[in-house]
Amino acid sequence: MFENLTEKLQRAFKHLRGQGTLTEENIQEAMREIRVALLEADVNLNVVKELIDHIRDKAVGAEVMTALSPSEQVIKIVRDELIALLGKDTARFKFAPQPPTVILMAGLQGSGKTTTTGKLAAWLKKGGHRPILVSVDVYRPAAREQLKVVAKSIDAKIYEGDLKGEQPGSKLVERLANEARREARNFGFDTLIVDTAGRLHVDEELMTEMEQLKKLLNPQEILFVADAMTGQDAVNSAQDFHKRLGLTGVVLTKMDGDARGGAALSIRHVTGQPIKFIGTGEKPDAFEPFHPDRIVGRILGMGDILSLVEKA
Amino acid sequence: TRTRESFGSKIEGIVAMTRTVDESDLENLEAALITSDIGVQTTTEIIDALRDRARRQAIEGGAELRDLLKQQIKSILDSTQKPIVQPAEPPRVTFLVGVNGTGKTTTSGKLAAWSKSQNRSVLLCAADTFRAAAIEQLEVWASRSGVEMIKTKQGGDPAAVLYDAISAAKARSIADLYVDTAGRLHTKTGLMDELEKMRRTAQRLIPDAPHEVLLVMDATTGQNGLQQARLFTQSAGVTGIVLTKLDGTAKGGIAVAIARELNLPVRFVGVGEKMSDLLEFSPEAFVDGLLG
Ligand SMILES: Nc1nc2c(ncn2[C@@H]2O[C@H](COP(=O)(O)OP(=O)(O)OP(=O)(O)O)[C@@H](O)[C@H]2O)c(=O)[nH]1
Ligand SMILES: Nc1nc2c(ncn2[C@@H]2O[C@H](COP(=O)(O)OP(=O)(O)OP(=O)(O)O)[C@@H](O)[C@H]2O)c(=O)[nH]1
Ligand SMILES: [Mg+2]
Ligand SMILES: [Mg+2]
Repeated sequence: MFENLTEKLQRAFKHLRGQGTLTEENIQEAMREIRVALLEADVNLNVVKELIDHIRDKAVGAEVMTALSPSEQVIKIVRDELIALLGKDTARFKFAPQPPTVILMAGLQGSGKTTTTGKLAAWLKKGGHRPILVSVDVYRPAAREQLKVVAKSIDAKIYEGDLKGEQPGSKLVERLANEARREARNFGFDTLIVDTAGRLHVDEELMTEMEQLKKLLNPQEILFVADAMTGQDAVNSAQDFHKRLGLTGVVLTKMDGDARGGAALSIRHVTGQPIKFIGTGEKPDAFEPFHPDRIVGRILGMGDILSLVEKA
Repeated sequence: TRTRESFGSKIEGIVAMTRTVDESDLENLEAALITSDIGVQTTTEIIDALRDRARRQAIEGGAELRDLLKQQIKSILDSTQKPIVQPAEPPRVTFLVGVNGTGKTTTSGKLAAWSKSQNRSVLLCAADTFRAAAIEQLEVWASRSGVEMIKTKQGGDPAAVLYDAISAAKARSIADLYVDTAGRLHTKTGLMDELEKMRRTAQRLIPDAPHEVLLVMDATTGQNGLQQARLFTQSAGVTGIVLTKLDGTAKGGIAVAIARELNLPVRFVGVGEKMSDLLEFSPEAFVDGLLG
């Protein structure tokens, strides 16, 4: 029932035998199949339109090579285009010239910020750093308790702070953040990771709070933590978070599932910021640097064919 | 094109063919459906049927076409609606299941308050013994709505705490037992088997339990939502959907695809993080949100 993209493209090109040139007409059906594949992978419609235009421009007029079939040739163009959009290299992490380096976690509710805070700390520790964590999520039930358990499981230091019966609100959030940074400075931690409450990009009050946190902490990294299962709306949330905060990178979580992860393209497209890490499980070590070439095969639903065209 | 072929093959279409429908209006509606996460396949089917109906009813385009589309989607959603199960004897056992971070715990808490507002007695069961502070999180919700909660220690056996909770609910004739389960990806067979085990545990105490199994889905979910619904239905016997986080800009269109394929009703929608931010599902309001 589920014919893969390779088969669909082969069918689209069945009339094009041997040598020839790709034309607007003979690639039309192929472009339609690619459009559907990208949409089914959750790439945003507007991003798909732009991508298809680029792909068509590159394909039309191309001589059919002897080494590749027309479908392989188009797949190669698609693949190169997607990798170009995602950025070729795996991104690096920025550290402050003067410690502590501050990393601010941001994102929608339930995307994986708290879990990723722990993963990042474990990763930094492995790299010889001394991270300290703080949760400024004073809103969600047991959110601060959650980070405490996470920190304990990876044996990382956490600044707990004292709520002193203060009402949940931005004032309390800023106080905790400030105290945590002081703690980091005083005790020689080189990185401070700030876990924040999940918030909607349209929540004016909480987005303002985020801007305030940025002003206060002057973080080196503001990471947008996004769920790999996100659909078309990824462009809206990512764009708004980027506009308000100036994101420096993205973490794509829950990649251990079978979502195709097209949101990666959408988010990259609207923010211009690199995806730096992926989350691949609930445990602290289920965390890897992002490799653009790997996700492209996944988005197109065709892991192995890509390595074939890569060699050509 | 494919859409024209499927249309042309319909006999009544031949008569209607002489009437035209504004293709650019259709295209705009198609874009609205796709960006709401309904999915290409479902969108194509809906738009083809719409073109067909519009021709027969001599609707060219504009607001009328949009209304027709709303009707059509509403009827898909209406066709899946059915009343929530009322068991002959209490308790009614409801499982909340779903992938990680969708809003199961929050919705359990909100549902407890919802039941109480209908003067039904409620018990909560903290069957997520895996995630850090999941039990404490539900505990806060329990105290917010003044409901009792059955729990075990972190790392404990979810089936065992479920057994205790059902026993307690039976003994006390509690009307509603809500069971918060750990988030799990539908691809993890070990964790999906755990849900099957929990079902069997419930059935040992109450043969027709769980009466409701609510798949909690984040409205931002894309096409993967369909596969989630398929596999959770297989392992956990899903009876309905809760669509959370509809207070954002995501439309939750995947619920339409799920309704079409699996005939699962949407039961509730989540529209915020507060206790009262849970609404009974209204196809009408949902479709208005979808198409403006
Ligand atoms: N399978 C899988 N689960 C993950 C991953 N990252 C996070 N999770 C799970 O996703 C759920 C939500 O994660 P949290 O870290 O609590 O998310 P959050 O963004 O802090 O949530 P809020 O603070 O409520 O906004 C939890 O069940 C995590 O275990 C991942 O990479 N893979
Ligand atoms: N804006 C909004 N946030 C919601 C809604 N429902 C839940 N949330 C938030 O989403 C996040 C995740 O909710 P949880 O109830 O912890 O989700 P869960 O499915 O129990 O997560 P796991 O147990 O980790 O799989 C929390 O920050 C909630 O406050 C909703 O309807 N609207
Ligand atoms: Mg959190
Ligand atoms: Mg939970």
